[in-house]
Amino acid sequence: MAEPLLEVKNLKVYFDTPDGVVKACDGVSLSLEPGERLGVVGESGSGKSVTFMTVMGLIDRKAARIEGEVLFRGVNLLELSRDDLRKVRGAEMGMVFQDPMSSLHPFYKVGAQIAEAIQAHEDVNDKDAMSRAVDMLGRVGIPKPDERARQYPHEFSGGMRQRAMIAMALCLNPDLLIADEPTTALDVTVQAQILDLIDRMRDEFQTAVIMITHDLGVVAEHTDRVQVMYAGKVVESGTRDHVYHGSYHPYTWGLLQSISRLDEKQDRLKPIKGAPPSLIFVPPGCSFHPRCPYVMDVCKKEVPELIEEEYGHKSACHLSLEEKKRIFEAQVEVHS
Amino acid sequence: MVLVLLVISMLTFLIFYVMPPGDPALNFAGRHATPDILAEVKRQFSLDKPVYVQYYVFIKRLVVGDQFGWPGLGFSFQSRSSIRTQMLPRIWITLQLAIGAAITWLLLGISIGVVSALKRRSFADRAAMGFALFGVSAPVFWLATISLYVFWLKLHISPGTGFTSFGTSPVSWFGHLILPWIVLALLFAAFYARLVRGNMIEVMSEDYIRTARAKGLPERTVILKHGLRSSLTPVVTLFGLDFGGLVGGAIVTESVFNIPGLGPYVIDAVFRQDIPVVLAVTVFAAFGITFMTLVVDVLYAYLDPRVRYA
Repeated sequence: MAEPLLEVKNLKVYFDTPDGVVKACDGVSLSLEPGERLGVVGESGSGKSVTFMTVMGLIDRKAARIEGEVLFRGVNLLELSRDDLRKVRGAEMGMVFQDPMSSLHPFYKVGAQIAEAIQAHEDVNDKDAMSRAVDMLGRVGIPKPDERARQYPHEFSGGMRQRAMIAMALCLNPDLLIADEPTTALDVTVQAQILDLIDRMRDEFQTAVIMITHDLGVVAEHTDRVQVMYAGKVVESGTRDHVYHGSYHPYTWGLLQSISRLDEKQDRLKPIKGAPPSLIFVPPGCSFHPRCPYVMDVCKKEVPELIEEEYGHKSACHLSLEEKKRIFEAQVEVHS
Repeated sequence: MVLVLLVISMLTFLIFYVMPPGDPALNFAGRHATPDILAEVKRQFSLDKPVYVQYYVFIKRLVVGDQFGWPGLGFSFQSRSSIRTQMLPRIWITLQLAIGAAITWLLLGISIGVVSALKRRSFADRAAMGFALFGVSAPVFWLATISLYVFWLKLHISPGTGFTSFGTSPVSWFGHLILPWIVLALLFAAFYARLVRGNMIEVMSEDYIRTARAKGLPERTVILKHGLRSSLTPVVTLFGLDFGGLVGGAIVTESVFNIPGLGPYVIDAVFRQDIPVVLAVTVFAAFGITFMTLVVDVLYAYLDPRVRYA
């Protein structure tokens, strides 16, 4: 197998605040093959955004304590100088953010903002950069791209802006696209279009995609592999089919049960009881234990390791494999 | 804009013509005026007419000009000469003071603001904000006197008070103006530094700054092109008003440094009840502010594309 494109090893991102240390990302490991689609799922505040902002180098190194390794094609990005990191960012890794309304600069024309990204990495003149920007806008499905490029972001709809953001992220043909909840701020009808666009772009540019989301429905259709995060840790990881049809973690079960479905009769969604923990006061032992319906004594004391159960499918839970399979079949599968 | 100017001129006109107890004609005619002379003076300056007629004459002259040219600003009772010929050179001097000070305070204020926003809570930030507090609280007359004392009397760097025109001697011109520029600029610079710092801190946490970084732009570009650009729009608004206000004369600074601008001129006029002069300067100052407001509005549309279509 080829060298992984991105390998994160035991990444820790701690923020010192007056209230205590915020462990936004606490020992996250993952690896991504070229062209692969990885879904990262978790509730708000589970540390998923911070993890990948760190990968992009968008977390101020002075504001946070960062440990571990982020290997991109074998190079540890955490050890690169600010300027070297800048050259990777945008050119080899692109990122699309949650809110397209505020992610574009309101004072500059959309085309110019994309051209700027091109010129930040390649020595091309304004005219060529602009024509490439227009070309990119066309490829992400913006009609009349040459006219649109000369407009300002406020003249774009939300979906169009997100398309422009995708064009900006992909204009230098990066190997990795990180999409941080790219559809959360959009209308449902537009969401599907954007997700399809990301898929199409992946095929066209052969880009690996990391899709950060809290929507397991998105993961089901648009990813190959899934990582579930809870309170700054990865609690389950495996192929999409494994996680969907044989999840080994009670938190994922909860997520699966809380998806609404059209194709079956359902009176009520089953929410996961309780709220995700504060990242300052993470519960001892398994951080999910206060909300877990299958909690045991050991869960309150020992932190479960993320271990491989079978076929590369990993989970961090003290329940035995047999019990996990039994509970999943009895309780969860009917809903998923 | 025209309406605003009309209202302002009307108010000033009323205040200065209706309220003072002294008779302007008496003032003009001198100590030994006979009733005949007084009547003649009143007739000549239309002072015998009702107030609204006088106002009409004033506005008419302003718009179409008088015997001294356009705009007709009237005739000074005190110096018995055309206000227009007296005011124009003074306006020019005040403008030189205002423009120099404006450049100084913009440079100082914006750079201090940016640096202290980026190095928040650092020593540089604390020092800059300390300076800002000092600048905002120090009264201009005190600052002006102190600076004169230090740089003129003690260090002999400054050539002292007064004014030399640029045409006469550029070096002397600069030497005489540099202290007033700095003193006048300090107050504004302090204010602008605080404003820019606040805006900048806010803007740098915007999503589009994160986007700019994600694109891989050099930090310099992120700060100057993306950050500062957005932080400057409110500064432009404020600058227009401040600069417009200065055009009407920096009274204290001009007085202390003995610069023959509009400030000392109008003060003198007020003391001598030289009402046409006060009126002319007031209308000009009001014009300065309203004009700058207009400039700001136009500039704003240029700076913020969202305004253009609103």
